[in-house]
Amino acid sequence: MAIHEFGVRELADRIRAKELSAGEAVAAIFDRIDKTEPIIQAFLHLDPEYARRRAKVIDQLSAEELQHLPLAGVPIAVKDNMTTISMPTTAGSKILKGFMSPYNATVVDRLEAAGAIIVGKTNLDEFAMGSSTEHSAYHITRNPWDTNRVPGGSSGGSAAAVAARMVPAALGSDTGGSIRQPASYCGVTGLKPTYGRVSRYGLIAFASSLDQIGPLTRNVEDARLLYEVIAGHDPLDATSLPQTVESGRPSLPDWRDVRIGVPKEYDGEGIAPRVQARYHEVLALLQEQGAQLVELSLPHTRYAIATYYLVAPAEASSNLSRFDGVRYGFRAESNELLPMYERTRAEGFGSEVTRRILLGTHALSAGYYDAYYLKAQKVRTLIRRDFELAFGQVDVILAPTTPDIAFQFGEKSQDPLQMYLSDVYTVTANLAGIPGISTPAGLIGGVPVGIQWLGAALQETRLLEIAQAFEHLWPAQPWPSVGGDL
Amino acid sequence: MKHFEVIIGLEVHVELKTRSKLFCGCSTEFGADPNTHTCPVCLGMPGVLPVLNRQAVVYAAKAALALQCTIHSYSKFDRKQYFYPDLPKAYQISQYDQPLAEYGHVAIVNGGEVMKTVGVRRIHLEEDAGKLNHLGQRLGDAKGSLVDLNRAGVPLIEIVSEPDMRSADEARLYLTELRNILSYLDISDLRMEEGSMRCDANVSLRPAEYVGSLEELPRVEIKNVNSIRNVQRGIEYEVARQAELLEAGERIIKETRGFDDQSGRTYSQRSKEEANDYRYFPEPDLPPLVLTDAFVQEVAGSLPPSTMALREELREAGVQPKDIEVILSDQGALTFWRQATTLFDDARLVTNWMLSDLSRLLNAHGDTFATSPISPEGLVELLNLIKRGTLSGRMAKEVVDKMYETGKPAEAVVKNLGMSQITDGEAIKKVVEEVVALHMPVVEDYLSGKDKALGFLVGQVMKKTKGQAKPDVVNTTLKEVIRAVGEKT
Repeated sequence: MAIHEFGVRELADRIRAKELSAGEAVAAIFDRIDKTEPIIQAFLHLDPEYARRRAKVIDQLSAEELQHLPLAGVPIAVKDNMTTISMPTTAGSKILKGFMSPYNATVVDRLEAAGAIIVGKTNLDEFAMGSSTEHSAYHITRNPWDTNRVPGGSSGGSAAAVAARMVPAALGSDTGGSIRQPASYCGVTGLKPTYGRVSRYGLIAFASSLDQIGPLTRNVEDARLLYEVIAGHDPLDATSLPQTVESGRPSLPDWRDVRIGVPKEYDGEGIAPRVQARYHEVLALLQEQGAQLVELSLPHTRYAIATYYLVAPAEASSNLSRFDGVRYGFRAESNELLPMYERTRAEGFGSEVTRRILLGTHALSAGYYDAYYLKAQKVRTLIRRDFELAFGQVDVILAPTTPDIAFQFGEKSQDPLQMYLSDVYTVTANLAGIPGISTPAGLIGGVPVGIQWLGAALQETRLLEIAQAFEHLWPAQPWPSVGGDL
Repeated sequence: MKHFEVIIGLEVHVELKTRSKLFCGCSTEFGADPNTHTCPVCLGMPGVLPVLNRQAVVYAAKAALALQCTIHSYSKFDRKQYFYPDLPKAYQISQYDQPLAEYGHVAIVNGGEVMKTVGVRRIHLEEDAGKLNHLGQRLGDAKGSLVDLNRAGVPLIEIVSEPDMRSADEARLYLTELRNILSYLDISDLRMEEGSMRCDANVSLRPAEYVGSLEELPRVEIKNVNSIRNVQRGIEYEVARQAELLEAGERIIKETRGFDDQSGRTYSQRSKEEANDYRYFPEPDLPPLVLTDAFVQEVAGSLPPSTMALREELREAGVQPKDIEVILSDQGALTFWRQATTLFDDARLVTNWMLSDLSRLLNAHGDTFATSPISPEGLVELLNLIKRGTLSGRMAKEVVDKMYETGKPAEAVVKNLGMSQITDGEAIKKVVEEVVALHMPVVEDYLSGKDKALGFLVGQVMKKTKGQAKPDVVNTTLKEVIRAVGEKT
């Protein structure tokens, strides 16, 4: 097996055992990237020099020292909305073109402390606003399974890089599905942890109360490995949770002990029949294994999209105010202050970001706040309560990740509402703050589709064990051929 | 002015002297080179998050309790949003509809008596903005502006009074007492000239026939006045200006006005009719601020005695009301007074010397009681020399000047100047005999029963000894010598 085909665990084990050097791993990865990146365009920035330097450091460690590094020598890509000292951080926006952050995001520090090697920064929809990565100010990213299709978004670069085996793992961020949806579209595993589980320090904020960083990997076990490294309390993030993160070997459940919630709201209107059929196939298989399927209702799901598209843009309009041309990033020169602000922001932000800033600014305006933002927060509480009640009856909820498979370029980008509706199954987990993981459930017409497992807050370990058991159950699929490489 | 009632409410911003800023670890020290006390957080770099400084909460809670407020067990932070180059995130983290504390009051004192109680509507915590340094004489013709973010993120409390004050003088007394109370908490430098205490005054006039709510009365806000005296002047000017307008049948425009120190006038800055929409919403990066009863109890237990208790302490020691207020307004003076009165039991003499001669010297040299080169012990040493009769009051005034100049203790100064009072009976007797010989007619007057004549003779002796002779020794010696003269004749 070629080095670039190895997953996180496989690579780290070999590097720790000194069967393989980090330098070899990095060389193999950049070899792979050189071949595939011209087709996929998953990255906004690559730094082979930095990766080689880091690999040298890892390779100088003793076998004993390497034992303490769970990600020893593992090349990892980071979504370009997380700050890195060593490479530019643009959030996919013109307004941050060439921006060098003076500090590392906490997740970046934690990855590096665990021995990982950051190879580059992946493409995304500008400021993580979008579901296709078409809204990047720089370029599109292609789906490795079908280069006429989008990789999903906003963590499209991360998902595509993992699916194309350019890296064994990448970090993404998920505000309304931005890890799980591209994971589903690209046939990889994507975990959005509980809100507050992973520090947001250094994540360029989109919607502060919804944003969460998580891993995209080729299998559940690797997702867990990364999760254990990046999760846990961070004194630099006041919303980060104090609870310690469980670690150790997973104990996979016996399906007969698993109660699976099947919410009726995720199985009707708006779902593509081919995805619905696959979802039912999965449910049938699990039932066959002895899992108890519990039909349930999450009645406030119907308000989720409306709620999400008030809360997220409102917070975004505020978070993005700092991009004003005064201290860093792009500035449109003017002799006066107000035109400088106006032109900087008009020229610096793309259309989708501008749209959401306008939406959010309106929702927070005097006279509208109560009807929009405040009301949305109240509905959010109801959505959270729906899940709390559900998790009183079941261990996990199973749902489709997306209403359909990856769409073609341009198919939805002219119709923002259509694009927003494709988030319908993923936004609820963000609004409720609960963890969710999307795992592959085979191909439909050669294009992958995922299913989504939702768990109660802080139940990542259980969620990952169930997802891993499913992964063992479901027939493994081959990886896509990129540029005829297989 | 009979037709209008003056309505004044004050908003006071106080910078808390925590070591680090409200949401990051940067130093809060004043006067550093521009932008040296900054970090990604207070610069509003992409991806940063605020973490609340616990010490600032403790300080704010102290202020709240000292101002008799109710501290809410649950309060939250909100974002106040507007674009300006001194505001890095384009929003200020403040507290909007659920402040830290509410319902307090300040008793204002005049002539030793509580004159009235002014309500404190609310106290909330927020971060300060940075500073713009304009290149040019005035903003209008400035070539550019330089942004200094050292102050960005320094913790502030905003103390909002009820509109309970009815004159510029009451406003002055409220501010003075507010500053007194806060100064004993040791939570702020309270330097208005450096901006660590800032005051905005809301002034409106209520016509006698007006029956609507105070909130609806057109109100003028005088912004950022840099001393208590100028707040008073600004309000006085504003009251007169508004009264004139109203008497002329004109209407008052709701606006923000600045105060010009030179002319003593206020001037229009911006009309509030086109008020900003700050789009407040709860700060999602900070959890709500939950303060337990135990926390509040602990803070309450750490409070110093109230200013009212301090007044009582001074009053019981015999200090006059006017002097009480002077000592109270300066924590260094009170500390000095307390140390001196522990060592010297005549509190009045201590007070007099502190507030007259020592104060005069401190003011002349730009010193304060806290930095006084003459320590309480030093002053007491001087007072002891007076008490023992070594120095007369007049001589002591000279000695204290020299003590201040040279930094030497009273005894040493007296010795150096050869100023010690002549208590040596023999030395005095020699002078007395000379005086008696020179003024025999006066002596005879005295002997014939004119007691007042003795005063003249004492005066002559003092003159000859340059005031250094001890008066009671002079008296007894004179009487002895005159008696001897009488027996001879």
